[in-house]
Amino acid sequence: MTPYLFVFIVTAIVTLGAALMVVTARSLIHSALWLVLALFGVGAMFVLLSAGFFAVVQVVIYIGAIAILMIFAIMLTRRVMREDGSRFNRGWWLAILMALVLLTGLVWMIQSWSGSSSTMQPLPPDVVDPIQSLGAVLVSPNGFVLPFELASILLLAALIGAIVVAWERK
Amino acid sequence: MTIDTLVWLIPVPPVLAFFLIVLFTNRSKPLSHIIAVGAAALSWLAVLVVVTQALQIDHLGQHPIESQIPWLPTGDTWYLIGILVDPLTVGTLFFVAWTIFMIFIYSVGYQNYGQPKGDHDQPGLPPHGKTVEDQNGHKFKIPSIEPLYSRFFAFLGLFAFGMYVLVVSDNLLTLFIGWEIMGLCSYLLIGFWYAKLSARAAMIKAFITTRVGDMFLLLGIVYLYTMTGTLTFREIFTTETLHMLADTPSGFLGLSAAAVMGILIFIGVIGKSAQWPLHVWLPDAMEGPTPVSAMIHAATMVSAGVYLVIRMYPLLSAGAEHGGVTPPMMAMAVIGTFTGLFAATIAVAQNDVKRVLAYSTISQLGYMIAALGVGAYVAAAFHLINHAFFKALLFLGSGSVIHGMEHGLLHTGDDVDPQDMFNMGGLRKKMPITFWTFLIGGLALSGFPLVTAGFWSKDEILADAYTHRQWLVFGTLAFAALLTAFYTMRQITLTFLGKPRSKSAEHAVESKWTMTVPLIILSFFGITAGWVNIPETFPILGRLVPNFFHDFIAETLAEHPEAVTFNWVPLLTSVVVSLGGLYLGWMVYRRVKEGAEDPLEKPLGPVFTLLKNKYYFDELYDFLFVRPAKWLAGTFTYLWMDRTAIDGILHGLARIAYALGGIFRNWIDKPIVNGFGDAVGDVVKRLGHSFRYIQTGRVQQYMVMALVIAFGALFYYLFRFFIP
Amino acid sequence: MVPLSYYLIFAALLFCIGLFGVLARRNAIVILMGIELMLNAVNINLIAFWRYRTPEIVTGMAFAVMVFAVAAAEVAVGLALFISIYRRRKTVTADEIDMLKW
Repeated sequence: MTPYLFVFIVTAIVTLGAALMVVTARSLIHSALWLVLALFGVGAMFVLLSAGFFAVVQVVIYIGAIAILMIFAIMLTRRVMREDGSRFNRGWWLAILMALVLLTGLVWMIQSWSGSSSTMQPLPPDVVDPIQSLGAVLVSPNGFVLPFELASILLLAALIGAIVVAWERK
Repeated sequence: MTIDTLVWLIPVPPVLAFFLIVLFTNRSKPLSHIIAVGAAALSWLAVLVVVTQALQIDHLGQHPIESQIPWLPTGDTWYLIGILVDPLTVGTLFFVAWTIFMIFIYSVGYQNYGQPKGDHDQPGLPPHGKTVEDQNGHKFKIPSIEPLYSRFFAFLGLFAFGMYVLVVSDNLLTLFIGWEIMGLCSYLLIGFWYAKLSARAAMIKAFITTRVGDMFLLLGIVYLYTMTGTLTFREIFTTETLHMLADTPSGFLGLSAAAVMGILIFIGVIGKSAQWPLHVWLPDAMEGPTPVSAMIHAATMVSAGVYLVIRMYPLLSAGAEHGGVTPPMMAMAVIGTFTGLFAATIAVAQNDVKRVLAYSTISQLGYMIAALGVGAYVAAAFHLINHAFFKALLFLGSGSVIHGMEHGLLHTGDDVDPQDMFNMGGLRKKMPITFWTFLIGGLALSGFPLVTAGFWSKDEILADAYTHRQWLVFGTLAFAALLTAFYTMRQITLTFLGKPRSKSAEHAVESKWTMTVPLIILSFFGITAGWVNIPETFPILGRLVPNFFHDFIAETLAEHPEAVTFNWVPLLTSVVVSLGGLYLGWMVYRRVKEGAEDPLEKPLGPVFTLLKNKYYFDELYDFLFVRPAKWLAGTFTYLWMDRTAIDGILHGLARIAYALGGIFRNWIDKPIVNGFGDAVGDVVKRLGHSFRYIQTGRVQQYMVMALVIAFGALFYYLFRFFIP
Repeated sequence: MVPLSYYLIFAALLFCIGLFGVLARRNAIVILMGIELMLNAVNINLIAFWRYRTPEIVTGMAFAVMVFAVAAAEVAVGLALFISIYRRRKTVTADEIDMLKW
């Protein structure tokens, strides 16, 4: 039991537990808050994977923007939240079944793949923090500048689209 | 223009006139008759030129005017048609041209050209007259112009064309064509007044009866062509061909081929020249206008029949040794003689002036055929030519008489039959020109000695019969000559002599110049035509006038028939019968009063009734032929075959088709085809009905479905292909 | 040391939980949260693979960046849609939004 493994297990249990609570909480706000916790856990995972940049981005974007946005949306639609009936729809058992089947399949695939037992190697000495090379590759013409720009256009479109869709017409 | 081209052109003007009148000038009466009479004049002129030329050719019989053109392609060769002018043609053309021309001129007057239109004249009926007023206010009727004037001349033109074609042909085919054209025209002209029922019946009777004869004639022509491969006269009448035909057996009743052909051709002549038993059409043909009767029964059509047998004489006499008789000649002698007597007896009891002449024609044609039957070639030809002249004269004269009677009829409003001789009488004073010309014609017909043409031709026939020792023929023909003279004088006495027996006769008027001038011209020929053939052995006169006719005509045959030497017996016989008959006729009939019956009726009793009813032959034929034919047409073919059988089959087929259609529709189309289509639609609808519940509108269910199926497929493939 | 399979199994579990949430919950916003979980699981997968297999090539990271961007955009639009539907139908229950029903 290395400290790394310990941290990993703890983080994993917390995240998964929070995720379970997200999908099974009775109250909507509770689900949102559990989601925040789950996202934090995922951020911690990123740290464990030497992707510190992503951990920060996770917190800032996911939790700071997306989760907050969801909470906003919950607040705005409060009145209807008096749920009449159960949280789950009629075919919930089929959903569990599907999820389990998928899980089984994935796990079995992972197990039967030889590369999944490889261990983490130390980073190459010239890549202390990969963020530099990430930044470089995101804007280099030989790299991913095009997907990068397209992603920005996508965000612009989403922005405009969201405004248009939610526009209140009088 | 050479002479043979002129011969080709002889038939052309009348047929041109026919087409011009029919197509263009039908409405204009003067133009029509100018064209028609002009055409007849042109043909007449052409004939005179040709005849004059031909008479100058030496030995015309051996060097006839001939010309041929190829007409029908028959395999490797051509069928040639052409013209032939040999002595027989010359004689025939002469009388044909003159009589046709005279008849055309006569028709202008007969059809009342120049008269006004009638009160209620209708096309198809004889004109009824027009009421006029004279200065005293008397109303009376005058004759009116024929409504179908132009049509008459058109048909006459076609008729003339047919006859000319027949006479100038050099082969049997074009002769037959002319024959048939004349048959058609006789049909059209006999029924000229087609609105009269009797005329309609007569035209059909004429056509059908001659058709029966024509059928046999065609068979004969076909047989001849089959045996010899040619129909041209000059080629058939060569000695080799005739010998071949006479020697070949035909397989029919033991006769030779020539005999069978001869008999078949003769049967055609029986039909056309109205010999017994096909004589029944000719008296009825009097329904036509009188120029038609003259044309058909004197000048052209019936003469065409005799012309044919004269022309075919070499074939008919093939196989006979010199002076002998062949089976066709025997048939001709028998039938000709019989007909001569038969018709003469009927003529004695007829009252209609034209009927007497009709039966007289039949009788005289019998004479000609009997003459040929005993081998008197030249006599037959001679009598043909003479008969044409005086018979045409007699018919036209009778037409003039009838015209005069009709004038009187219209004038007085009388109500008698203008054609019945018993209503006439005393017309000698009222119609002198007609009387004298008619008298000349009648004397010629009776064979009045020396001055009339009829005497010379009849005498020659009797002489020939006597010399060839045909006693039965001689005796019968002599008795018939007696009867001929008797009924002719009867006719003249009743019509012209004595006192008028009706008001119409009292007011009769002489006819116009267009009608009397032809009579005068024809009477000239009636007198003089006989003098070209005075036999050389005749006492006194024989040496005065050369007998050019006999040698001329005799040359037509390869074997010249000899002239008969003079014998007193036939001469005396013919003089006695002729004068005796004339005297008897005058004696018996000169005192017949108005309203009296026929003086012969009581003495002869039932025989008279038999004669008057023409031996009931019409009734016999009606029973034997006409009624079965009508039954065949009306019941057998129409009712049974056509309506019941054929229509029954058709109706049955229709019913089957209908039923089949019904079955197809109700058992196959509706349930199966429609049902299938409907079922497809129905199934889809039901499937749609049941499947639509899948679409719940809930996205999560869609996703679950998708995942179920995706995982199912995925695991299936994994387990199939990747797991051992 | 932690083998790669641990991370992958963890990501798979997270993904399946998210899937369950998407398919079974009636509230639309919870469905959106489920989707976020699934996307996060994907990110974990990507980064894990990058770290363990090709740490010198940053392609994996670039991909993960894209996923972030897309997730954000998608949430924004999704929430805007829910707001709009809520205004119309006065509900955000997925069960009751069935206008495309037969």
